[in-house]
Amino acid sequence: MPGEKGIYMKQRLELKVNGQTYEVLVDPWQSLADVLREELGYTGVKVSCNSGNCGSCTVLLDGKAVKSCIMLAPLAKGKEILTIEGLATESNLHPLQEAFIEHFAVQCGYCTPGMILMAKALLDENPNATEDEIREGLVGNLCRCTGYVKIVEAIMAAKEKMKVTSSR
Amino acid sequence: MGPFEYFEPETVEEALSLLRKYSDTAKVCAGGTDLVVRMRKHLVNPQFVIGIAGIRELDYFRFEDDEGLRVGCLTNIRTIERSPQLQERYTMLPQVARQFGSIAIRNVATIGGNLCNALPSADMAPMLIALSAKAKLVSIDGERIVPLEDFFTGPGKTVLRADELLVEVRVPTPPPHTSGVYQKYTTRGGEELAVVGVATLVTWGSKDERCTDVRIVLGTVVPAPMRAKEAEAILKGKRIDDELIEKAAQIAADESRPRDSIRGSADYRREMVRIITRDVLRQAFERTQSAR
Repeated sequence: MPGEKGIYMKQRLELKVNGQTYEVLVDPWQSLADVLREELGYTGVKVSCNSGNCGSCTVLLDGKAVKSCIMLAPLAKGKEILTIEGLATESNLHPLQEAFIEHFAVQCGYCTPGMILMAKALLDENPNATEDEIREGLVGNLCRCTGYVKIVEAIMAAKEKMKVTSSR
Repeated sequence: MGPFEYFEPETVEEALSLLRKYSDTAKVCAGGTDLVVRMRKHLVNPQFVIGIAGIRELDYFRFEDDEGLRVGCLTNIRTIERSPQLQERYTMLPQVARQFGSIAIRNVATIGGNLCNALPSADMAPMLIALSAKAKLVSIDGERIVPLEDFFTGPGKTVLRADELLVEVRVPTPPPHTSGVYQKYTTRGGEELAVVGVATLVTWGSKDERCTDVRIVLGTVVPAPMRAKEAEAILKGKRIDDELIEKAAQIAADESRPRDSIRGSADYRREMVRIITRDVLRQAFERTQSAR
């Protein structure tokens, strides 16, 4: 039995990231963030606190926001993982991405992928979210440049654009 | 973090035989939002991790007419927060869940994990204790039902044996004219751990305005979530006014045993127990009265 003699086996894991399926060999103690960044090259997934506090590692699993730095990679098995790299189409940025640019909601940029994905999860779930609901929904995402005002403005603007896009 | 061997049982039976085999050398991982952090800090270093997230039969909640609510251990906190049925029949549970971590944590953290990790600041514990909830613990040998009030024995410690799994939480239907309020106090808000957490559950008599039953359960400021029984005793059977609430809150503060920590000195926390207990009692009494 592996493990009993101190031999630890890598595990084969199938992950679906941004619509593409990968088979990776992972150490079971690797976090999802680690696997996405180190094994698959999705470096848009940022790791800052590495303890589930800052939200820069936020990705969506079947549309739901999770903190990938404190999730063991096997928990993402069979789920659709969305990282910031999967948000834009070939020709168009996502309305949230556009709004972040237009509203100067990016300073150092490290929290941005997590902020945008968290905002997407919030607006997909509640397209009419109020500013208070958006602020409340972002409590797990920290911006160390403290640029929250612009971030919230961008999300409020994107909300209107997303409504127009989805009603088309 | 690591190294460890990782197992993914698909049934409760498989999980239980792994637990029997690896016992103290193994840790159960549900969502992992607590465990992964503690493994990374090397506060726990299991040789084996039993990932139970794939045991779908443990992700449910349902209502049994005679016995109230049953919640499978893998039910995540976000589900509790957003369930319209729970909102209607156990309003106090979504009210607790909303104060738990952030959305991205609540999407993953489970009720079973929150209870079994047994942090003094575990948000789900005080209200469940106030509701007289019980935990169903199973091992290969059988099952036992333990009141949550007796489940916690100290920080990170419970009566759960190394070969047991907490599979279900049972919550009796609250009596009519009952309302519950949990309030978590943090210094900077967000998903910070509680500095003080207090749950209260108040029941009024149907005939007069006396409080027939009351629970006050303290979290964080005690080694393990605990009822403030002396404070409960001075309220029970009485007509409640603000003076009595103030008195009960002071007694609850005296019953708490906070420690100095990075999140607040013991004296500060004790004072905050008084304030928060007063506030949750006021809110609960107002709610039950307006509902009458």
